[in-house]
Amino acid sequence: MIELNNINKSFGDLDVLSDISIKFEAGKTNLIIGQSGSGKTVLLKSIIGLHDVDNGHIYYGDRDFTNMSFKERKLIRKEMGMVFQGGALFDSLTVEENVRFPLDMFSDMNEDDRRARVKFCLDRVDIKKAHKLYPAEISGGMQKRVAIARAIVLNPSYLFCDEPNSGLDPVTAIVIDKLIQEITKEYEMTTIINTHDMNSVMEIGEKILFINKGVKAWEGSSDEIFDTENQNLNNFVFASNLFKKIKKEL
Amino acid sequence: MSFVENIGKYVLFLNRVFSKPERGRVFFEQIIKEIYKLGVNSVGIVVIISVFMGAVISLQTAYNLVNPLLPDYLVGYTTRESMILEFSSTIVGLILAGKVGSNIASEIGSMRVTEQIDALEIMGVNSASYLIFPKIIAAVFINPFLYVLSVFVGIAGGLLASYMTGAVSIPDFLYGVQFGLIPYYITYSLIKTLVFAFIITSVPSFYGYYVSGGALEVGRASTKAVVNSSILILLANLILTQILLK
Ligand SMILES: Nc1ncnc2c1ncn2[C@@H]1O[C@H](COP(=O)(O)OP(=O)(O)OP(=O)(O)O)[C@@H](O)[C@H]1O
Ligand SMILES: [Mg+2]
Repeated sequence: MIELNNINKSFGDLDVLSDISIKFEAGKTNLIIGQSGSGKTVLLKSIIGLHDVDNGHIYYGDRDFTNMSFKERKLIRKEMGMVFQGGALFDSLTVEENVRFPLDMFSDMNEDDRRARVKFCLDRVDIKKAHKLYPAEISGGMQKRVAIARAIVLNPSYLFCDEPNSGLDPVTAIVIDKLIQEITKEYEMTTIINTHDMNSVMEIGEKILFINKGVKAWEGSSDEIFDTENQNLNNFVFASNLFKKIKKEL
Repeated sequence: MSFVENIGKYVLFLNRVFSKPERGRVFFEQIIKEIYKLGVNSVGIVVIISVFMGAVISLQTAYNLVNPLLPDYLVGYTTRESMILEFSSTIVGLILAGKVGSNIASEIGSMRVTEQIDALEIMGVNSASYLIFPKIIAAVFINPFLYVLSVFVGIAGGLLASYMTGAVSIPDFLYGVQFGLIPYYITYSLIKTLVFAFIITSVPSFYGYYVSGGALEVGRASTKAVVNSSILILLANLILTQILLK
């Protein structure tokens, strides 16, 4: 479980996040949605501590992340996995070495177990043949999948994904969404996903936080999102003709 | 950013770099990799420039020795002294600042802009230490060897040029090479080499590590890194010479 209490974040004069409070539960795919520039990435990076918040508190379970020392943060980070918007695979390492990296850094497994774990995670994201290739030699969708494999290799309790399926075709996008949801259930992880893709919202939106210009404008589930009275959310959800049509038919 | 601010940031940066590595074995493997990347890959360029510089120094000396009272062996002597004192440490340092420095700054800078450094941090790895500490160790370890190599190759270049042009005879040249050697000069130059190795790796790492933006900024950081490490090398050269040769 991750809980945010009145999070504020600004860069200089620019207020990016104002007073955001919400509870993200374990075993669920929690989505942060909003327009480009609304502050999704900044919020996610604040939750994991890549940005320091100006005020407010972030709780991991009952541990207050905002007040942790550098050392305590380092420890809790071993329970986190993150899939960055651009994948952020290490380009000097092969696919296999990328996934193996957290194990080499932090686990006490022996060589055979490490190999097995890497293979297991890569199988899990359906990467079968590309083990020896470098990130530059595989497709964008494969990079995302390898990034997911790397994020889950240490069995994290918290998984963060920044637009895991942006730039992918609809089929692959759904495969990745479903994959993240499955893993989340399987390991009872607290998963937070940034997206502006309405398909993802409908497929895996168990809990949704909608932010508009850095302010929490709505929270709910994908079942509730069609009936909302919130004007900003309506504009966001029914921006495309497809969804306008669906709404008419409902 | 102001000069003073930059210095403060650089000191804090070094403080992060020199913290205890996560895993001894991983650290050791990184050092070996870096020795290869920074050291072995620089052998070619060091050999080429040293041969030519040694050759040119010996020919210039020979053609300027018009006074018959000056002995021929001065050519070998001058070549050796130039290589030992200045060329193999400072000039090689400057050239490596260009080659190694731009390489490091762009490598680390592009890791920064593609969020690979954030990825390390989020795993709980001290990215500054993991990426940069091994580079500094590797360069400080390998650059003295490059220095020695440069001295020998430079002298060989001088010998070859003197022989081929008939400017000086081989025995004269070799006599000069062995004439009046002051071992302390080698120590002095090795100390300089160590300091330069530190500059060549840490300064470009610093510029790469704090890049923000995209590919354009990486390129800019890489240029800044080369220019500033070159200036620092010249400055350090002046200061160390004053301290060590007084
Ligand atoms: N490091 C930073 N320094 C200053 N301003 C920033 C920084 N990072 C983000 N911002 C600003 O914060 C705002 C929110 O950006 P953010 O990246 O969170 O948007 P986003 O919702 O993730 O958009 P997208 O869907 O396009 O990824 C933007 O106005 C951006 O300019
Ligand atoms: Mg974003």
